[in-house]
Amino acid sequence: MITFFYHIGKYFLFMGKVLKKPQKANIFIKDLFFEIEKLGINSIIIVFIISIFMGAVITLQTAYNLEMPLIPLYVVGLGTRDSMFLEFSSTIIALILSGKVGANIASEIGTMKIREQIEALDMMGVRSESHLVLPKIIAAIFSFPLLTLFSMFVGIWGGYLAVYFTGAIPIDNYIYGTHYYFIPFYITYSLIKMVVFAIIISTIPAYQAYYISGGALEIGVASTKAVVYSSILILFFNVVLTQILLS
Amino acid sequence: MIEVKNISKSFEENHVLKNISLTFKRGETNMIIGQSGSGKTVLLKSILGIHTIDKGQIIYGDEVYSEMNNKNKQKIREQIGMVFQGGALFDSSTVFENVMFPLQMFSSFTKTEMEKQAHFCLERVNLENSDHLYPGEVSGGMQKRIAIARAIALNPKYLFFDEPNSGLDPKTSIVIDNLIKDLTVEFNTVTVINTHDMNSVVEIGDNIAFIYEGENWWTGDSKEILKADNKELNEFVFATKLMRSIKK
Repeated sequence: MITFFYHIGKYFLFMGKVLKKPQKANIFIKDLFFEIEKLGINSIIIVFIISIFMGAVITLQTAYNLEMPLIPLYVVGLGTRDSMFLEFSSTIIALILSGKVGANIASEIGTMKIREQIEALDMMGVRSESHLVLPKIIAAIFSFPLLTLFSMFVGIWGGYLAVYFTGAIPIDNYIYGTHYYFIPFYITYSLIKMVVFAIIISTIPAYQAYYISGGALEIGVASTKAVVYSSILILFFNVVLTQILLS
Repeated sequence: MIEVKNISKSFEENHVLKNISLTFKRGETNMIIGQSGSGKTVLLKSILGIHTIDKGQIIYGDEVYSEMNNKNKQKIREQIGMVFQGGALFDSSTVFENVMFPLQMFSSFTKTEMEKQAHFCLERVNLENSDHLYPGEVSGGMQKRIAIARAIALNPKYLFFDEPNSGLDPKTSIVIDNLIKDLTVEFNTVTVINTHDMNSVVEIGDNIAFIYEGENWWTGDSKEILKADNKELNEFVFATKLMRSIKK
């Protein structure tokens, strides 16, 4: 328990150093665009693949489980849309990104740490925490919600394609369902969650890696811890934010 | 000049540095030598401010560095060039970008001036045609020279080297040693080298401090070290057959 609170305190001290004004605006902007490409643009393909298949699967499972004739068929489209909007495109995509991006951040910073590159930055007078981590946080906050919107769009199209190719329900019913009783706040809710998850995904791995010592083995351990802790925190904050935003 | 006055440093119960006092002179190569685990890296990192010392003072010029706040320390750090054991080059940046980095961060030069200075530094270490390469694409000796080029980019007053010859063949080591010596004179820097390479010590050591079990055991120059009457120092210096044959 003491270790837990020790890390909480250390994490917030670390964040205090991370959230300092960048020393050189032009270098920060250059790093920011680099990180947007690395964390956001390079994740588009994985988000596309997962979203299209998940959209298709949700649609087919709902369609094949609708046995009661009293339930209208457009519920399939409605269910796919709400599943994507409420949970999949934020929480599940965040869990996937915590694996892909989180491990990447932990291994990058961990390698810099054990190769003395972080000490080199400190020695030059560069505030290494802010220099290395702040562009990642801003890039994640900017690009992950866009990935969420992209996932919503692709997921619904995945469902459409599943219905089109299998004929599980009439295509008009699916399209009607995706438009039925649309609540715009669901998108806002999902984006708010993703912003919080973006902060978790970009800072927990950075914290885990920043304080490692040793060699390649420790980088592996830090990467694993980063993904596990990020995933747990994503699930925890998913519950907290759902209660706050939807209650 | 850098003065180290009675510094001590412990990690929990492990007393690594015990009341060490040293003076490093400008325009000379000052060497810290000792066995692995003797505390010389901790000493170097304490002088640099990477480790916080428990007791004593570290003085750069006439400013007490060890008692400064972070803002003032930052100003001193901008006058320090450091070459780490592995080079500590940024893997995702080219050779040229590595040398440009401190200039972009801390100089008030225009882009053209920065590029001119970066080219000058790379030429100074004989790497004028390696701009576009990445650190992973060059040899260990070249990596050390790139690290030296980066360290001198801001015309530092103080130059630090941690094991500059580790992992290098004897011929390349001599190239690095001569480069360090030349730069020390040319830039009139206070140069501090942490090494256990006896060849370097004999070649370029103006002032040598031998650290033994965390204490400053012996100080002298490259001529005195071969004649010193100190058991622990002699065991370290003449550990190899080559050095013993030179003594004979």
